[in-house]
Amino acid sequence: MAPAFPPHRRYSFAGLIRHGLGRAPAWPPAWRKARPKASYDVIIIGGGGHGLATAYYLARNHGIRDVLVIERGWIGGGNTGRNTTIIRSDYLLEASARLKEFALKLWEGLSGELNYNLMVSQRGWVDLAHSDAELEAFTLRANAMRLRGTDARIIDRAELHRRVPVLDLDPDARFPVAGALVQERGGTARHDAVAWGFARGADALGVDIAEERSVTSIEVDKGKVTGVIANGERIAAGRVVISVAGHSSEVARMAGIELPLESGALQAFVSEPVKPVIDAVVSYNAGFSYVSQTDKGEVVIGGQPEGYNTYAARGSFVRIEEAARRAIAMFPFLTGMRLMRQWGGIIDVTMDGNAIVGPSPVEGLYLNAGWGYTGFKVTPAVGWTLAETLATGRPHDLLAPFGLDRFASGALIDDAGAGPYPYAH
Amino acid sequence: MLLIPCPWCGARDESEFTYGGSAERSMPALDSKAGLEDWHAFVHRRGNPKGAHREYWHHSHGCERWLIVERDTVTHAIGEVRDAANLADESA
Repeated sequence: MAPAFPPHRRYSFAGLIRHGLGRAPAWPPAWRKARPKASYDVIIIGGGGHGLATAYYLARNHGIRDVLVIERGWIGGGNTGRNTTIIRSDYLLEASARLKEFALKLWEGLSGELNYNLMVSQRGWVDLAHSDAELEAFTLRANAMRLRGTDARIIDRAELHRRVPVLDLDPDARFPVAGALVQERGGTARHDAVAWGFARGADALGVDIAEERSVTSIEVDKGKVTGVIANGERIAAGRVVISVAGHSSEVARMAGIELPLESGALQAFVSEPVKPVIDAVVSYNAGFSYVSQTDKGEVVIGGQPEGYNTYAARGSFVRIEEAARRAIAMFPFLTGMRLMRQWGGIIDVTMDGNAIVGPSPVEGLYLNAGWGYTGFKVTPAVGWTLAETLATGRPHDLLAPFGLDRFASGALIDDAGAGPYPYAH
Repeated sequence: MLLIPCPWCGARDESEFTYGGSAERSMPALDSKAGLEDWHAFVHRRGNPKGAHREYWHHSHGCERWLIVERDTVTHAIGEVRDAANLADESA
């Protein structure tokens, strides 16, 4: 059951007015700073959106409340707060598309359920094709989506001009735009609110969240996980989840598992704020750059990963320049604007570009890794399905294709068709 | 931004190079008895170290030689850089 917040903790318009008038005690913290107990049913390593959502749905859907989420930094400080906030489900391959569509359906009701404004804005996702051939490939993907009951349409240049009027459709451009795939249910969600909302919801259901604690060891006895050591303290648990994005290889190694992963860096940046002008998330595909405008008016620009192994959460000017050049090709008015902030995050990419979610070779140890730069949009769906996998001991239907064993068996899910070259996905 | 000291051309900007992935694994010999597990390990498994890493870079917009570069994946400090073909000759 979803958490029922007592009146003094429930966020509402009436509560806001009461607080504004000074008629209510100070807002209590959204979640407790838990001091870990000696033992738990489930320990989740990594307090990002995925880890917190998993904890939330363990408590909400399965009544498993004896759960600890351990976060090395602070809630919202990792990749959950470093992405470009895009939600969409326009994927061709069945396994990929089904999980992402389930996520999009959850996003649509999540603010109300969590009593937390995630600012989910279904402003539309516009994926630009730059040749007739590319538009044909996009049409294949749109048709696959529609056959599954997901919304998608292909629009031509004339309609694109009406949909995104500031887009440069000059036929003499270096990479002219031929048309676009549009998913109107796609859009954005406020990323750090997602971490905070799930943390608050999980906390209300009894989950412990311990920040500023690093796991340095995972204890395994006779092939079965028995607990972790964090900040020098042993915490026992029969089920442990690794949900740490960029550092998955390092943490899995603590349990003696070598994963088919490479870590890289992805950066993004925002401009100074201007009046509303872009009312969709627009993606450029001759090279890669995706642009949206926040409610504050800043233009958010994302680009490609660095293209080589790195654990440094910073990026090179090469990538900034590329992403900015493509953003300007879409929206020439950006030329005169200044970039205000830039940041980077560590992503972990597998040998087929898709995630590894489910059991590991160590009994009781579960993996949630390899989301690369596609992890944010799928946050609630991973939480929901991984919680069920933990509760029942069997992979959820939607997760079954994402097992670690698919690399040995050859049942890869390679959306990009790029092969075992993570820096090319 | 990386500055890679190519043994033939001198220190050159990252944008002249193409990354070629980990050089910390070797392909099973085609005439060996390597089984599926060996091939799976070569194609898919990676150490993905946080720290020292040996990796291939192709000087694609320069001398077009394949290099083996020692680089730290946290600090990006570059150690020894050698021509991959020379290294293969030495180990043969």
